Amino acid sequence: MSSRLLVFLIPLVVIAIFWLMARSEKKLAHDPTHKSFFERNGMVLGITFIMLVAFWSLFLVVLPYLYMVVESFHPKLPPMQRGGPDDHLTLEQYKSFFFEPMDGSLNTTHMWAFVFSIFTSVVVTAFNFAICYPLAYYMAQAGSLQKVRIIMLALIVPYWVNEILRAFSLRLLLASKGLINQALLGTGLTEKPIDFLAIDVGLYVGLSYAYLLVMIFPLYNAIESLDKNQIEAARDLGAPWWKIHRDVVIPYAKPGIASGCTMVFMLAAGSLAAPQFLGGPSTLWFTSIVYDFFFQAFNWPRGAAYAFILLAACIAFVMLMLRLFKVSLGETIK
Amino acid sequence: MSAGVELDHVTVRFGQFTAVDDATLDIKGGEFFSFLGPSGCGKTTILRTVSGFLDPSAGKVRIGGQDMGGIGPNKRPTALIFQNLALFPLMTVADNITYGLRVRGVSKADRMKKAGELLDLIALPGQGDKLVSELSGGQKQRVAIARALAVQPKVLLLDEPLSALDLKLRQHMRTELRAIQQQVGITFIYITHDQGEALTMSDRIAVMSDGVIQQVSDGKNVYDHPDTPFVASFVGENNPFAGKVVSADGEYAAIETAHGVLRGRNDKKLKAGDRAILFVRPESFKLGAGASDATLASETISSAFEGNATHVFLKGATKKDITVTVARHGGHKIPTQGETAAIHYDPAMGVVLPDGKMARE
Repeated sequence: MSSRLLVFLIPLVVIAIFWLMARSEKKLAHDPTHKSFFERNGMVLGITFIMLVAFWSLFLVVLPYLYMVVESFHPKLPPMQRGGPDDHLTLEQYKSFFFEPMDGSLNTTHMWAFVFSIFTSVVVTAFNFAICYPLAYYMAQAGSLQKVRIIMLALIVPYWVNEILRAFSLRLLLASKGLINQALLGTGLTEKPIDFLAIDVGLYVGLSYAYLLVMIFPLYNAIESLDKNQIEAARDLGAPWWKIHRDVVIPYAKPGIASGCTMVFMLAAGSLAAPQFLGGPSTLWFTSIVYDFFFQAFNWPRGAAYAFILLAACIAFVMLMLRLFKVSLGETIK
Repeated sequence: MSAGVELDHVTVRFGQFTAVDDATLDIKGGEFFSFLGPSGCGKTTILRTVSGFLDPSAGKVRIGGQDMGGIGPNKRPTALIFQNLALFPLMTVADNITYGLRVRGVSKADRMKKAGELLDLIALPGQGDKLVSELSGGQKQRVAIARALAVQPKVLLLDEPLSALDLKLRQHMRTELRAIQQQVGITFIYITHDQGEALTMSDRIAVMSDGVIQQVSDGKNVYDHPDTPFVASFVGENNPFAGKVVSADGEYAAIETAHGVLRGRNDKKLKAGDRAILFVRPESFKLGAGASDATLASETISSAFEGNATHVFLKGATKKDITVTVARHGGHKIPTQGETAAIHYDPAMGVVLPDGKMARE
């Protein structure tokens, strides 16, 4: 039997595990009056619940990914040959990220796009943090309720505008004959128009803009619960404003900062629209390559392998950062 | 090293609301000074103005003779102990205590030495490595004191720091605070709504109501010689008898009340015809009849035995009962419910004050 079909056996295993969990629940409860899962819900409802949870968690969440994992370990074959004698497990898709399958030379194009994407995402994350931290602090601690409401509105309303419109209006601003260049030329600040899109300014601006809210809300939530007296106590003890942030606010908000940075980084690294619309002509974004494998080359196995390389690298990077800043994963999702 | 604090016609307004109205005070260096008043009377506003978190709308704050206008809280020679203490939860006890030194750039070795000294002072030796969350309420209290003292302030400001503690601990901390103040010798400015705290610890007390300082004096004076009906009714238990002055000389005034003509000290030099309130404390009353202008009789409503004393409640002319505290060793027969009881007092223990606003019950 093909390994692809093997994946579909997993639901049965999971349902069996759920069943056993429901059965053993009574034994685990030390309260003798405690009714078991099936006694509480009846056999029919109990089974229905288990099936529904299993369906939801498996069919809608886990299975599609699992299928992709399996796919990434297979060669690219025409539909006729799938499941045939040539269909075997292989690491060639993952290898192709490092070495060209044609001639075995180093696959610098893809590796460079990968490094560039990760690097850009890190910069975008840092940039977003730099913008959002003061704003979140103001909203959470300093601003009056009315002003905070206005800022919230000003932050949220632009997100009603769809992504394409937002991206292309940014192009209008940043293009060689765009508004900014016209202004620069008009005031005589530059002789020649600056091609913002070619030097990736558009990419950075677009990505930062796209994930601003994802950064600001975790920060706002974290700082908002900080007791104002803590800030005043530090100030009273003689701390200048930047030491108050360094010693009191940032350590307290660390889980929120970690949560916001993680999300912005992950989303930026995996984003597709902004790099495609706002990247320069020579900018090669990693997810664009993945996209092309799926939809241009119809090479699903290689696309899946590349996507998993990106996922694994992002997770590893985030874990490393969390370790470095001594934040536990549990704290970031509080 | 201590410094006096002068409030020079300080007024603080929030929009239309006047939180502190023209407060003028001279707190001496090394004094334990309390602001006493109900919540919302403006005492915390005064504290925040002295510490620099608020700017007065008018008037000046001087510390050690120096005008504090334009000087922020981090540059003033004051340290504030917050009502909720505001210890830093992510720092150890020692780091909390020495935070003020850290931001001043004191080396780690010196900081640890200072932390050791202060932990000894607050009787928590060797506990510097604990986290704040591992301490009990009273211990946190002491850490907050040590943190404030570490920066060697000239004035220590305390914003009801004992209010979160239970009664026993609160009483213990009163003695301890007073002892620490005597030991370090700096000015303490203490905010409280608890008259017991103010009376037991303070050298002087300012009683406040609605943003106005009603009286500044030592505890005994505030209790025995209140300046206004508010002070008389807010500090300690008191029985008010409102009426009109019928006759007055330099020392005593007699006023016509619902319980007949009663006499009391005329500290405020009222004249016949003035509207006035006579205050007599529950412990100043004695059971039985005395001089006719210092005796009243009324129906007994109830009595409450409290161990060392018994409180007898008589029907008053207003909604408020007349409270009489009978000491245990008197050997008196406590009147039973419904019985009409006569009580008398020494007119020297009654105070006649001009009519005015009293504290809310």
